[in-house]
Amino acid sequence: MSSQAGYTPRDWGSHPPYLSPEYKSTPLRAPGKPLVVLPQSLSERTGPVYGQNAVGPLDHDLTKIAATTGEPNGERIIVAGQVTDEAGRGVPHILLEVWQPNAAGRYQHADDQHDAPLDPNFLGAGRCVTDAEGRYRFITIKPGAYPWGNHYNAWRPNHIHFSLFGPSILTRLVTQMYFPGDPLLELDPIFNGVPEASRQLLVSKLSIELSEPEWALGYEFNIVLRGRAATPLED
Amino acid sequence: MARDDKLRQTPSQTVGPYFAYGLTPEQYGYDYKQLVGNNLSAGDIAGERIAIRGQVFDGNGDTVRDAVLELWQADSQGRYAHPEDERGSNTGFAGFGRVGTGTLAEHFYEFQTIKPGAIGDGQAPHITVVVFMRGLLNHVYTRIYFSDEAAANDGDPVLAQIDPARRNTLIAQRQDGPDDADGADGAIYRFDIHMQGDQETVFFDA
Ligand SMILES: [Fe+2]
Repeated sequence: MSSQAGYTPRDWGSHPPYLSPEYKSTPLRAPGKPLVVLPQSLSERTGPVYGQNAVGPLDHDLTKIAATTGEPNGERIIVAGQVTDEAGRGVPHILLEVWQPNAAGRYQHADDQHDAPLDPNFLGAGRCVTDAEGRYRFITIKPGAYPWGNHYNAWRPNHIHFSLFGPSILTRLVTQMYFPGDPLLELDPIFNGVPEASRQLLVSKLSIELSEPEWALGYEFNIVLRGRAATPLED
Repeated sequence: MARDDKLRQTPSQTVGPYFAYGLTPEQYGYDYKQLVGNNLSAGDIAGERIAIRGQVFDGNGDTVRDAVLELWQADSQGRYAHPEDERGSNTGFAGFGRVGTGTLAEHFYEFQTIKPGAIGDGQAPHITVVVFMRGLLNHVYTRIYFSDEAAANDGDPVLAQIDPARRNTLIAQRQDGPDDADGADGAIYRFDIHMQGDQETVFFDA
């Protein structure tokens, strides 16, 4: 359908399988039949475009965007990193959306019935656009762990949900960022759905360089999206 | 660059049950502006206005109440609003929409949009659909084709490679009805997504 270079395939050695039985929502929701391979036409090589004007001046600062009476409770942190393709090239001017629970492990969502307090100064949503080198930066509160119904005494490790676009609809990615040294990671079936060799890619690193003295610790989370294939795809 | 020198793709994770305020805040009543919603055709957009609605079903046949769907489509002339489409979209149509299944009765989703034109490479008019939900560790891609484009569908190279018994899972059924209250001034297309079972929707790896 075209001779333009397409995108590298999804690396199924790095992504979790759809059916991960320890995560008990997957058996009824994982596709049952094999995926059908689709040639990369113009429909696949294009995708939604967002520019810097898509985000407001406070959208990257979750401690301010929903504050009503003061600062949100919890440990202020900086989360920053670079979005690259598989060759390490920065992916500029793409939209990141994040959402997370508050410091007590509570989402401001009708379906979250965890007996932990909501925070009137924290919604937990934010967004930003990467710069010319693919770099992004959020300011937020370290999210709390929370219980969920997967199995008896199941707790999600601390995490922030990330949604990214990239240059085409094929580079779409929704993932979760975790924190280093969290003892809940080894017990979490969502994290452990990822092949072992790739799990650490979801764990941010404490970064003194990103931290700001007397103000906030910084965590670095770099993200790798599918890149351009080296040679044009055959149709 | 040798394969081993490449960085590994960041693994996907489920969108989880609490995406609403991050991805679709206005739809779910949060006081936070959303970047994109279910109306792709708001404003002065050229083309035939249509609505697309349906439900998402799990392996038990139960409706999924916490899925989020995204559409990506060409304009009425078959052009994408993206730099890789050198013709450019000149209709002011962004071509992207997003909706969750948690706010309408019976967990329906609904989009207002315009019917895409054929992009000119032999493919029938179609819309790319991306589906996320709790319990889905990687998003799935599928496509919407249109039941009133039978001749174009017959010549479509993607449909041609699919088991004929499964092709109809990709074809939205046109339901001409009275003008509805949802802003669509024309046809409504029904497009359901079945994650599993005899009617399992064809999902793509592109
Ligand atoms: Fe979560």
